[in-house]
Amino acid sequence: MEIVLACCVGILFASATFMMLRRSIVKLVMGLIMLSNAANLVIFTSAGVVHGKPPLIDEVSKTVVAGVADPLPQALVLTAIVIAFGVLAFSVVLIRRAYEEVGNDDTNQMNGTDT
Amino acid sequence: MSNLLFLPIFISLLGGVLTLSFWRSIRWQKRVTLLSATAYLTVAVLLLGEVRQEGYLVLQMGSWAAPFGITLVADVLSATMILLTGIVGFSAALYSMASIPDQHVRFGYFSLLQLLLAGVSGAFLTGDVFNLFVWFEVMLLSSFGLLTLGGERNQMEGAIKYVTINLFSSAIFLSAIGLLYGTTGTLNMADLSVKLVGVEEQGLVNVLALMFMVSFGIKAGAFPLFFWLPASYHTPLVAVSAVFAGLLTKVGVYALYRFFSVIFIGDIAYTHTIILWIGILTMLTGVLGAAAQFEFRRILSFHIISQIGYMLIALAIFTPLAIIGGVFYIVHHIIVKTNLFLISGLTYQLSGTHELKAMGGFYRQRPWLALVFLIPALSLAGLPPLSGFFAKFIVIQAGVEVGSWWAVGFGLLVGLLTLFSMIKIWAEVFWKAAPETDPPVDLTAKLSAWMLTPVVMLAAITVAIGLYGEPLYQLAEVAASQLLNPQGYIDAVLGGAR
Repeated sequence: MEIVLACCVGILFASATFMMLRRSIVKLVMGLIMLSNAANLVIFTSAGVVHGKPPLIDEVSKTVVAGVADPLPQALVLTAIVIAFGVLAFSVVLIRRAYEEVGNDDTNQMNGTDT
Repeated sequence: MSNLLFLPIFISLLGGVLTLSFWRSIRWQKRVTLLSATAYLTVAVLLLGEVRQEGYLVLQMGSWAAPFGITLVADVLSATMILLTGIVGFSAALYSMASIPDQHVRFGYFSLLQLLLAGVSGAFLTGDVFNLFVWFEVMLLSSFGLLTLGGERNQMEGAIKYVTINLFSSAIFLSAIGLLYGTTGTLNMADLSVKLVGVEEQGLVNVLALMFMVSFGIKAGAFPLFFWLPASYHTPLVAVSAVFAGLLTKVGVYALYRFFSVIFIGDIAYTHTIILWIGILTMLTGVLGAAAQFEFRRILSFHIISQIGYMLIALAIFTPLAIIGGVFYIVHHIIVKTNLFLISGLTYQLSGTHELKAMGGFYRQRPWLALVFLIPALSLAGLPPLSGFFAKFIVIQAGVEVGSWWAVGFGLLVGLLTLFSMIKIWAEVFWKAAPETDPPVDLTAKLSAWMLTPVVMLAAITVAIGLYGEPLYQLAEVAASQLLNPQGYIDAVLGGAR
C-alpha cells in the first residue's frame, strides 16, 4: 500500500511541477492545488499505513494494542488541508484579479515588475 | 514568568481581532494598533530581560509535556528577534498613522499588519517544527493580503510570483516535515536534536536537511531562488515594504539558524559548506542586481538579498565568533533596512516618484532628511562607526580565523559595491539638482511627525549600536553560545519529561 501511495505522490509532484511551468495562470493554480495535495499525501504516508487498527484504548486493559495506526500524521494532515484550502482560495481570487488587471492569463505578459 | 512567552503572539492576535471588530471606525483601528504595538514592545523588552536572567524560558502549551505537546521556547536569539519584531512593528504602526490611505484601512490594513506580526512572533517562539509551519502560513497569508491591498497591476503581477514561490516553498517544507516524522517519530525540535543522532541512514538525514534548506532558503531570499523578492517588494505601500524587508526574509534566516545549529548538526562539513557557497553567491548576485537598478525600492530589495548572504556565511563558518557576527548582523540589518524603506516613503511623499532619475535636490531643500538617510545607508555599506561596520567586521574576522578566504574576499568586495549603490542613491536623490519639471516639485512640503518619528528613532538606534555596541555584542555572545551548545536547549525543553 505504501508503494502505491508513494507512486501517487511522485506522480502528483511531477504533474504539479509540469502545470506550474505552463504559461497560463489557471494552470498555475491547478499546479499549486496538486502540489499541496502531494505534500499532504507525503505526511499521510510517512508514518506508515496500518490497516484496520484504529488507535483506540481498550476499555478494560487501558493500554494500547501494539501496532496501531499513528494518529498524529492524520492530525497534521487535517491541519495542513485546512491551511492549504485557505491559501488556495486566496490564490484563486488572486488570479481572477490579476486577469482583470492585466487583461491576459499569460504569465509571460506579467513582466512589468521584472525589469 | 514563562507565561510572558505567549504574550507577544497573544497581543498581536488580539490587536488583529480588535481592529477587525472596529471595521467601520478608522480612528479606533488606529488607536488599537498604536496600543497593541506599544504593549508588544513593552512585553518584548520584559521578555528579553527575563531570558537574559534565566537563559531559557519554556512554556508547554496546555500542560502537555514535551515532546508530545506544542512547546514555546525562548532562548536569547528568539527573544532578540521578538524585540526586533516589536521595534519594526512599532515603527510601522507609527508610520502607518499618517501614510496609509483610508481606502486601505477600510479593507483591513491594520488587522493584516497585526496578524502578520502574530505569525512572525509565533515562528520565532515555537519549539515544534509543525507549529513553525503553521505560523509560517499565518504570516504568509497576511503578507499576501498586505501585498495585494490596493489592487494595482504591478501588485497583482508581483503577488502572483510571490504567492507561487512561497506556496512551493511551503509544500517542500511540509513534505520534509512528513519525511522527518516518518524517520524519527517526533517533531519537537529538542527531541529531534536527540533522536537524529541515532538514525541509521545518515544519508536520509542529509536529504531532509537539504529539503529544509531549500524551503527556508526560498523564504530567506537566498541564491538561486530569490527572484520573487525584487519582483514584489517594491509594489505595495511603503510601510508594508518596510515590514516585509525588515522581518519576513529574516524569519527564513532565523529558521536556518535554528535548524542548522540545533537539529541538523550531524554532518556539518557537508551541509555548512553548501550554506557557505549559497551565501557567497547570494551576496554577489544581490549586490550586482542592485547595481543595475534605478528605482529606489528595487535597489533596496536587491540589497536585502546581498545582506542575507552575510548572515548565511556567518552560519556556515559556524564558529562562536561567526555566530556572534551573524546575530549582530541580523539585528543591525533589520533596523537599517526597515529605516531605508521608510525613508524611501518620505522621499516619495515629497517628490511623488521612486525613480532615481526623476528625483533630486533633496540635500539643498531637506538637509536633515539627507543626514537621516546617510546614517542607515552608510551603515548598510559598513562604514565605521555605524552598526554595519561592526557587524561586517565580526563576520569577516571570523572568516579570517578559519581561513575561509573566498568568503572574506567576496564579503569585502560586496561591502564596496554596497557603498557604490548607496552613493548612487545619495548622488541621484539628494545631491544632484532637482530635474526641471513643470510645475516644479515642492520639496519643502511639511512631513507628518508620525512618519518622521520612526525614521529618526531607527537612525538613532543605528548610531547607538555603532557607538556603544558592547551590550549588543554581549547579547549576541550569549545567543551564539546557546546556539552552539544545543544541550542547554534540549534540557530546558525536555527537562520535565525526564
